[in-house]
Amino acid sequence: MRALVADVVDASCVDGPGNRYVVFLQGCSFRCVTCHNPHTISPHPTPTSRWVEVDDLAADIARRAPFLSGVTVSGGEATLQWEAVRALFQALAADPATALLTRLVDSNGDADPEVWEALAPWMHGAMIDLKALDPVVHRELTGCSNGRVLCSIRQLTAMDRLTEVRLLIVPGVNDDAVQVAATARWLAALDPVPPVVVQGFRHEGTRPAARRYRPATTGLLEDVAARLVAGGLPASLVRIRGIVGAEPAPAAEVPVQAGA
Amino acid sequence: MGIEEHRHAIRELIEDPTLTYRQRIQALALAAEDVLEPPPVSEACAQALAKGLICDLAEGHAPHRPRYTLPDYAKALAQGSTFLELTPPTTFDDATTFLLAVYGSVPSITGYPVWFGDLDALLEPFAAELTDEELRTRLRRFWVLLDRLFPDAFAHANLGPTDGRVVRAALAVHRDVRQVVPNLTLRVDPDVTPDDLLLDAMRTVATVAQPHLVNHPMMVADLGDRYGVVSCYNSLPVGGGSHTLVRLNLKEAALRHAGRSSTFVRDSLPVAIELTAELMEARIRHLVERTPFFETSWLVTEGLLSLDRFTAMFGLFGLAECVEHLLALDGRDLRYGRDEDADALAHEIVETAARLVAERPMPYCEASGGRALLHSQAGLDSDRQVTAGTRVAVGGEPGLYRHLEAVAPNHRWFPAGVSDIVRLDETVTENLQAAVDIAKGALAMGMRDVTFEVANGEFVRVTGYLVRRRDIDRVASGDGVRHSSSVLGAGSFTNARLDDRRPQRVRSPERDARPRR
Repeated sequence: MRALVADVVDASCVDGPGNRYVVFLQGCSFRCVTCHNPHTISPHPTPTSRWVEVDDLAADIARRAPFLSGVTVSGGEATLQWEAVRALFQALAADPATALLTRLVDSNGDADPEVWEALAPWMHGAMIDLKALDPVVHRELTGCSNGRVLCSIRQLTAMDRLTEVRLLIVPGVNDDAVQVAATARWLAALDPVPPVVVQGFRHEGTRPAARRYRPATTGLLEDVAARLVAGGLPASLVRIRGIVGAEPAPAAEVPVQAGA
Repeated sequence: MGIEEHRHAIRELIEDPTLTYRQRIQALALAAEDVLEPPPVSEACAQALAKGLICDLAEGHAPHRPRYTLPDYAKALAQGSTFLELTPPTTFDDATTFLLAVYGSVPSITGYPVWFGDLDALLEPFAAELTDEELRTRLRRFWVLLDRLFPDAFAHANLGPTDGRVVRAALAVHRDVRQVVPNLTLRVDPDVTPDDLLLDAMRTVATVAQPHLVNHPMMVADLGDRYGVVSCYNSLPVGGGSHTLVRLNLKEAALRHAGRSSTFVRDSLPVAIELTAELMEARIRHLVERTPFFETSWLVTEGLLSLDRFTAMFGLFGLAECVEHLLALDGRDLRYGRDEDADALAHEIVETAARLVAERPMPYCEASGGRALLHSQAGLDSDRQVTAGTRVAVGGEPGLYRHLEAVAPNHRWFPAGVSDIVRLDETVTENLQAAVDIAKGALAMGMRDVTFEVANGEFVRVTGYLVRRRDIDRVASGDGVRHSSSVLGAGSFTNARLDDRRPQRVRSPERDARPRR
């Protein structure tokens, strides 16, 4: 089994709890104007992507296992290559050297229920981006509907596999009072309520078209977080990511009840 | 130096506007000592010292107290002190008062104690009477006094490996007071130290760049369970210490080598090792045989120090430049930390040095079998264009794993301590479990000492001690500073280009997967 890989980062502290080995798969189903990694969007081989045997990935992860909390498969959109993701997770679960690592997927949520059914037994959780709750705004930002994203969030909640929901705040697009309040209400109705991470749009890595949007300020992110709490989300579950120099936050806990 | 030069040097100290009273007294004492002739050594050894092949770290011409002492504070607390006229303490306040009184009479090279003891183990029995709030308040006062009475960042306290109320309170207080004293080491035993305590330690590292971590099982295997970490990661026997620390400049040794790299360990290294050992022996004999320290010090007569618990430290530094120069002799342009052949030569040099030091008898070193202990010496403020200890050159550090693979094989050879500073990108402050993971991985791969620094923090780790950035600025502008170590630190910061240390594990913030090829 092979995976089309955009890049591998063997030590990351920004892709889930602890130090993680991160595999960025090539190819995405969305066309986000705000994408930080536009070269990973094409589902076809590119000058920077490469085919990698899943077993080779698993072996490289095993070499680094003493330094890791876990593995995150990201993208692009990880679930477009769900069979490779499943094969990698199965290989990691089977090897005693890597069996204790947590296995997370970082996804835009645009996947069919069958994909999550297939991954769930081997996956500790998924971190899902919710670009916008409003379908029109979602289409403006991503070029696609958010129907499957919302279904994925509900399904992962029911399966106890939702690690966190990330909200990428784009000033003037998805930060208004009505949208934030509606998003808070929708997320607060989930049972259990997932951890929610507020992140700000930045220009780094984006295409020229993204310059039509302003980057989010720290003040705006704090304001959005406060409005999410006011809208019904428990304060203990709302975090802002990307503000350096703040008092270090306690490490998030990963549910570890995955099977296999 | 003639008498006129000595007079001039002393006059300069008397009139130096940047020195505090204590700093001036300490400098005057050293100047007076240096009027004497140093302990006699061979002409070759004297030349090696004069030319910088070996370095006595300005210990002074007439060693009259051990360089580093680690009094047995647990014994002192249990038996009280005749000299200090103190009975054994029974309350927390009595215990900290007792310890402060003892510290005031502990000698070392710096004029201040270099070791405050295993503070959590010493104080835990007295903490039972206190609520958490009372413990924090008292520990905070104690911490403030440690810094104000002993303003020297080489003064070092140890914590761990077991969890407890005092270690937790100490870390919390340390984050709160933001002092460079006490320098702090957490002993880590993967079987004993809970992850949650490590996480607390990393929270402290993110705030004040401390504690340093030491591999407890590895230390116990080499020195027994009565060891302490003092000054700049110097691990030494409790109840004793180190008579001296002399260091060999491997870069200078390589520059004096003629021929191919392959003959260095056979031809040049043994000569350099012996010259270093000769100086150490002369200094130890002066201390033990000509001065009354081991007969008359109250620490010795009350059993808190004993000669049979002493050793001596044999330091190495400049490995990076040594290896690169030797390979250049072969016409090869390789870098330690980047090229495997350079790493292999580095490891061969360290292993050979360890063997030679272990074969060379050293007087009055009963605590380590009559031999000196090898130490990777982390530098001096005046060092330029030579890398501390056995570290990879500043600014040339490769990625995290590659860096650790280059340096970790050296660690087993340095029972008296070794430090390789891992500077983490500041995004780690949002995910401290990542730092815990890296620490555990590093210990598992055989690292003896693990030191983290977070890029752009308020505190900069120099060799093994800390300085505040604002104190570096004060020294640069000619102002005095309260900590004597900050004067040294400011020199190192400039001369060793410490701000050029490369942060590791850098992933651009927030979902950035741009290939880094």
